[in-house]
Amino acid sequence: MLTLSGRGTIGLPSGKDHGRAVVRVVVTDDEVRAPTDARLVRSDPIPPGYAYYMAHPRDAALLDGAPSGAARLVLPDKFDYLAHGDVLCIWTDSGNVRTLHRRASRHNSFLVTERCNSYCLMCSQPPRNVDDDWIIDEILEALPLLDPATPEIGFTGGEPTLLGERFIGVLRECKRLLPSASVHVLSNGRKFADPKLARAWAEVDHPDLMVGIPIYSDISDRHDYVVQADGAFDETIRGILNLKRARQRVEIRVVIHKQTYTGLPRLAEFLARNLLFVDHVALMGLEIMGFTRANLDLLWIDPLEYQRELKQAVRTLAGYNMNVSIYNHQLCLLDRDLWPYAVQSISDWKNEYIPECAQCSVRERCGGFFSSAQYRRSTNIKAFTTDIPASAFVR
Amino acid sequence: MSKFQQIGFYRDPKKAGYQLLPFNFTRLAGQEYVLTNAVGESLVLPRDKLETFINRGLSKIHSEYDDLKSKHFLMDDDSSVALDLLALKTRTKLQFLKNFTSLHIFVVSLRCEHSCHYCQVSRQSDDRLAFDMSEESARRAVDLVFRSPSPAIKIEFQGGEPLLNFERIRQIVAWAKERNLAEQRNLQFVIATNLALITDEHLEFCKEHSILLSTSLDGPEDLHNKNRPRPGRDSHQRVVAGIRRARAALGHDRVSALMTTTQASLPRVREIIDEYVRQEIDGIFLRPLSPYGFAVKTKAISAYNRDAWFNFYKEGLAQIIEINRKGKRFVEFYSTVILTKMLTPFTPGYVDLVSPAGIGIGALVYNYDGDVYASDEGRMLAEMGDKKFRLGNLLTDSYEDIIYSETLLDALEESFAASAPMCSECAFEPFCGADPVYHYATQKDFVGKKPLSDFCNRHMAMCRHLIALMREDPEVKDIFLSWVQ
Repeated sequence: MLTLSGRGTIGLPSGKDHGRAVVRVVVTDDEVRAPTDARLVRSDPIPPGYAYYMAHPRDAALLDGAPSGAARLVLPDKFDYLAHGDVLCIWTDSGNVRTLHRRASRHNSFLVTERCNSYCLMCSQPPRNVDDDWIIDEILEALPLLDPATPEIGFTGGEPTLLGERFIGVLRECKRLLPSASVHVLSNGRKFADPKLARAWAEVDHPDLMVGIPIYSDISDRHDYVVQADGAFDETIRGILNLKRARQRVEIRVVIHKQTYTGLPRLAEFLARNLLFVDHVALMGLEIMGFTRANLDLLWIDPLEYQRELKQAVRTLAGYNMNVSIYNHQLCLLDRDLWPYAVQSISDWKNEYIPECAQCSVRERCGGFFSSAQYRRSTNIKAFTTDIPASAFVR
Repeated sequence: MSKFQQIGFYRDPKKAGYQLLPFNFTRLAGQEYVLTNAVGESLVLPRDKLETFINRGLSKIHSEYDDLKSKHFLMDDDSSVALDLLALKTRTKLQFLKNFTSLHIFVVSLRCEHSCHYCQVSRQSDDRLAFDMSEESARRAVDLVFRSPSPAIKIEFQGGEPLLNFERIRQIVAWAKERNLAEQRNLQFVIATNLALITDEHLEFCKEHSILLSTSLDGPEDLHNKNRPRPGRDSHQRVVAGIRRARAALGHDRVSALMTTTQASLPRVREIIDEYVRQEIDGIFLRPLSPYGFAVKTKAISAYNRDAWFNFYKEGLAQIIEINRKGKRFVEFYSTVILTKMLTPFTPGYVDLVSPAGIGIGALVYNYDGDVYASDEGRMLAEMGDKKFRLGNLLTDSYEDIIYSETLLDALEESFAASAPMCSECAFEPFCGADPVYHYATQKDFVGKKPLSDFCNRHMAMCRHLIALMREDPEVKDIFLSWVQ
């Protein structure tokens, strides 16, 4: 797992305001410098003209040669992955550093808020009722620093739509600043029950925008239980209908666990009969983070034990020509019929394999584990020792 | 104390009370009943559970409760989104009405060199003027076609043998394409031909204008030639050669075939299907014989036993399912019309099994003599001497005269299945349709008495059979699902 935040050692020139700075990492000097550029120094001589100079701990001594009017930061350990064009947030009073964007990764996402109007049993990012409007300011500062050729970007929470028009503004900025970026937003969809929000969303007229919305059951009270919010099912369904009415792309996300797996086949029928027009359905394995760890006994089931239900759901969805994928699953736990639907979906910074995987012939095709699988994983992980033909992955 | 609520907080198993949403139910067999709603959702329940459900006696501890709720047979105070979804599905199911007439049949000639016993309409005559569509009629028909608001327009040339009046086909295609430069519809042409007289000139023309060919293949050689006599007794040989030539010129998927079922076909469904497989055709329409034209006059229909046809269909469908099980996709199209209604929220584009009926609003027929009919069956009836479904004439009547004719409106309104006696309470109604022409032809009434109706009996039997097949074997349901796409 990559370390995305840590505490470094900062030295500020006198008169420099304390606070928070969003900076772009510069490693080579051939581009135009902006006041928000932070030069990562690895050797002498140190080029002049930057407001920030950074070095990894082993190179800390190099910073002595930085211009006297500039801020200096010794990065925390384990930030070696930083590369040209990455974007950081630096707390100039404490030296805390957080990586906001890694240019080389296809798994960058911004957390928009920690607030949420649901309280899902398996939330990997437990909501906090705090005033965190500053986060969206930070995102708006960061977007102009991103490589304009950024191919993909995600927004998550908490519940991004709680910010209403402010979040719509972020989408507008994405369209303006990152014209080739495919934008993916995770939302519980409830706020879209208000057609005004769905229309505002559509009016951004983003060329490549998808919102991923969870439905955990076809039965209202069962869904409401999983998300711990009475009335959520109706709001979510109405939200999806409003989005599709406004011709927006919608993905349905179903996290599979002990409270949802028995309902999968009927949920698949429900989706095919009622929401055939959604753009993608992702059937997802559980991430052992946040509330999932607190509710582990309530939620954990070895994926091997729900293959029958998963297979039936995929057969139904695929049978109706719905675009269906399986996320977050290890191939050795999936029925062979399901392999063509399995996607390597886990974000690179938290994607791992275990020693058993080293000898596996399909490791390169396998989604592997969340880092959090250390807290619970199937006891049935087993390497494939014979060669598997590529045709095993063809639908 | 957990900060999470238990399932019982959201879902109280003891809490009673739900309202019934509209549905019909019909006995399948024994104690089993099928429930359906207007948008085609269905569920099978034993009689005692059905009674408990209707008497508001179910609660959330019964496994049927969630099934009924998911398919929108009941609604409780936990959720009202069922109404939004039912409204959406109703709009989807009836969307075909918005587009209006998409199929336009041009009978460019009634002449034919075949003399099929079952043919409803053809004439053997050298008198071109008497049985060919005139240039003026054709021109006016093209004008009428483009009065339809449908974004998709299919012009189908029929006969007789339409290629006997190839010059008129050329003109109509040219005029329609010229009109379409401004209209920008999705315009498609089909020629229904026996292929016996197909020439390179015809094929070149079809290629140039992306015209589809639809031909007749009744089965193996002896059966086909018996059903479809022509001078030289070589119809089968000619159609097989014609299919091969047409595919070579136009592409494999540009040629389709239709089968007509006769008394002689009934014991031979397996051979017929084998012949279709042999000719590399990827599906078959196991059609019943229609009660129109020479078919009635020659009493072919009276010898025709309803049960015999159904056995023919069942045996054929079983064979087709086996073909699919072995990995070859081969579709039975009649079942697919019904299955599409059972398994999806959509209405298939098949004008003979839809409600409101497909007459006029699904298809219009422009006859060789300039008369306009509400359906192909309507003009067949006219050839038997009853012009009930004649909506007007191309030379004397306007589009409005034709579309707003009392004949068409009365037939549509009276036959609407959801309000027809017996249909309105039949669980198979969402899978069925209205056929005012058939019921008028057989009972002189747009609605007809359903217990006397072959149309009703046949579709009820097909629905029962298809439901039973899917319940017996989930793999069959997967195969059926692959047909409806």
